[in-house]
Amino acid sequence: MEIQETEDIVTEDTDETDKISGRESKTAIQTKKLSVYFNDRPAIEDISLKIKRNTVTAIIGPSGCGKSTFLRSLNLMHDMTPKARVYGEILIQNEDITEFNAVDVRKKVGMVFQKPNPFPTMTIYENAVSGLKLNGKTKKSELDEIAEKNLKYAGLWEEVKDRLKTPAMSLSGGQQQRLCIARTIAVRPDIILMDEPTSALDPISTSKIEELIYNFKNHYTIVIVTHNMQQAARISDLTAFFYLGKLIEYSKTRRMFTNPKEKLTEAYVTGKFG
Amino acid sequence: MFIDSSESRDRFGFGFIFSSEWDPVKEEFGALPFIYGTILSSIIALIISLPVSIGVAVFLSEIVHKSVKTPVSFLIEILAAIPSIIYGFWGIYVLAPFMRTTVQPMLQSVFGFLPFFKGQMFGTGLLTASVILAIMITPIISSITRDILNAIPVSQREAAYALGATKWEAIKMALLNARSGILGGSVLGLGRAIGETMAVTMVIGNKAQIKASLFEPAYSMASVIANEFAEASGSMHISSLIEIGLILFGVTFVINSLARLLIYSVTRNAS
Amino acid sequence: MKQNTLKLSKPVNLTRRKVTNSVMISLCVIAGVITILPLLYIFFYTTKSGISSLNPDFFTQLPKPVGETGGGMANAITGSLILIGIGGLIGIPVGVLSGIYISEYSGNITSTVVKFITDILSGVPSIVIGIFAYGIIVLPMQRFSALAGGFALGILMIPTVTKVTEEMLRLIPQSLREASLALGVSRWKTTLRIVLTTASSGIVTGILLATARAAGETAPLLFTSFGNSFWQTNIDEPMAALPLQIFAYAISPYEDWHRQAWAGAFVLIFLVFTVNLLVRYVTRKKY
Repeated sequence: MEIQETEDIVTEDTDETDKISGRESKTAIQTKKLSVYFNDRPAIEDISLKIKRNTVTAIIGPSGCGKSTFLRSLNLMHDMTPKARVYGEILIQNEDITEFNAVDVRKKVGMVFQKPNPFPTMTIYENAVSGLKLNGKTKKSELDEIAEKNLKYAGLWEEVKDRLKTPAMSLSGGQQQRLCIARTIAVRPDIILMDEPTSALDPISTSKIEELIYNFKNHYTIVIVTHNMQQAARISDLTAFFYLGKLIEYSKTRRMFTNPKEKLTEAYVTGKFG
Repeated sequence: MFIDSSESRDRFGFGFIFSSEWDPVKEEFGALPFIYGTILSSIIALIISLPVSIGVAVFLSEIVHKSVKTPVSFLIEILAAIPSIIYGFWGIYVLAPFMRTTVQPMLQSVFGFLPFFKGQMFGTGLLTASVILAIMITPIISSITRDILNAIPVSQREAAYALGATKWEAIKMALLNARSGILGGSVLGLGRAIGETMAVTMVIGNKAQIKASLFEPAYSMASVIANEFAEASGSMHISSLIEIGLILFGVTFVINSLARLLIYSVTRNAS
Repeated sequence: MKQNTLKLSKPVNLTRRKVTNSVMISLCVIAGVITILPLLYIFFYTTKSGISSLNPDFFTQLPKPVGETGGGMANAITGSLILIGIGGLIGIPVGVLSGIYISEYSGNITSTVVKFITDILSGVPSIVIGIFAYGIIVLPMQRFSALAGGFALGILMIPTVTKVTEEMLRLIPQSLREASLALGVSRWKTTLRIVLTTASSGIVTGILLATARAAGETAPLLFTSFGNSFWQTNIDEPMAALPLQIFAYAISPYEDWHRQAWAGAFVLIFLVFTVNLLVRYVTRKKY
């Protein structure tokens, strides 16, 4: 079973020691037998895996394998879809988030989407602080500071500092995506989910975002869905391979791409299908 | 409305619908002439409007270039937005004289042997009301037909052309496919015609009678309410008018539900 | 070597089919012309008859008694504005809220029911809505009033506003809602601050359309607002309205009143035309 396979790499300390020591667990997210159904048809089934703190975990697999579905269940985005049902447990800091209010969960688990989606009615500045403003924080001096800090952090400050009051839609696609990243980190999440964040971007913008992801590792736990295997190899520490709604293999990225355990994984990473 | 019409319902019962007596002085009230006038004028309107509407829809979605299509669709949209009081006003002073001097004599000379086109020509009357209604419901039916035609994939039309069909044959096939949607649009237009008040009131002649000739003045349910409600002479009169309103509501409710169901089922199949 | 030949046989009845084709296509073109004709006629006739009687007096003077020429419809124009104001206060919030409900909370039974009710409401004849307003407001208060008229107009506006709101909200991409939700913003705040704000210009044009339509409604005002030939701004009393005045003048036997009625009709058509043009312009620019 692939779950045992993952044990040795991922679980270095157990839940029990956490509780005793009071330290934060090294496991950022753990799913137990997570299944998601759309209209009674399974999109993912029995996914159990642990995602380590301050790592980049890539999720790869062919289209329709359920990688986005898995990602979107981690911040309870399926709440929005009436025909979706979620079974199993999703533990973040040892608490099952499916029992929590989705709004509170999403403040801790940010998300960056496939297509850059800044708010079109807002300026660059307003977008950067939109999460805070919408949640009721309105002190201008604080917001200014936060906007600057996060835009700098997202590598966008130099490009936009002179036109913060212009509409966000005037930015290029790559800039918009970095604005979305700035917007996400402004809410101070612990975990950032990225759903093919570079698939709509040109290579230069892509490399800028990959660089960001690499630098973000010290502060955040990142889970990234990608259909680009080179990208997974470049930026991730661990990789999970999904196929037809099931987790096929989950291991260190280097190993996944050099010496995969499963035949199916090997076939996929070597480009024989998908 | 149900409560407010109780007086008339208690007094006349179901006979209300079948009696053609309407006499506020004697307090005898029967709704038949109004129901007749409403239904007949609306159905004639639909008969006039339907072929024209389908023609317009085809014209807009299949024949003309975009540079003609945009302004013409806009004009038809405006046609739907013009207040009915203006249609009525125009109806009395322009359409009715035109009907009296041109259309009705022409119809009489050709179809004069039929009872529908006999008798004196007043200008105002059932037929004129139908024509006004036809003008008013054409935008509704044509826009729904056009939407349905636009929803049919180009590939289907190309398939027909590839089989050697002429343009009209391809269009005919598309229209046949769209028939339940067109039916839904027609029923919706019928509902609108039945409920139309001001324009009809101004041109139908307002006479509570049932005559075979379409040139004769008639009356509709909505018109009698519009004309008599504010000045109704007694509680029985008011109550009877409210009952007519209730019937009108019932009829349009049924018709609109039917139309919605038809259109829902078409759009669901399409998506 | 075998040679491929393409042999075209002449289909049966080709000539007849071609003739049918041309005839039917021409009929469709004629249908287009027939439909546009009355519109242009009404438009030009109204303009011709209306614009000559349109003068400053029309907007500033009260109606003159029968026999005296001149006067205007100042009271009716003011009355219409007040009635639409009352209608808007009722129709716009209710319409926008039900539009939001249908679009953002679709999928459950209540939202389907709300959608069906608005669809049906849009088909209810306006005169029936007038009776409804009469039963609810005029009867208990024992007199015709602007309030009742405004109420009727408000009910009439609901389905149009609902429909436009729903359509405009559906145009907002799902990704925008998700972007906001992913920031930990609650659903109602997302709807209010992101979705509604983004769709606002479309919704506003829809509201304009509904308002223009309500401005021309006559039937529901006949026995609610009733009409008034004097200056009157108390919403508890019968009030004049532009379409009511046009109706009264149009069916009167006086030439001078007809002229004024055409002027009123011109004002209404002008309003409808401008609003529709504006809506076209705004929606074309965006989508």
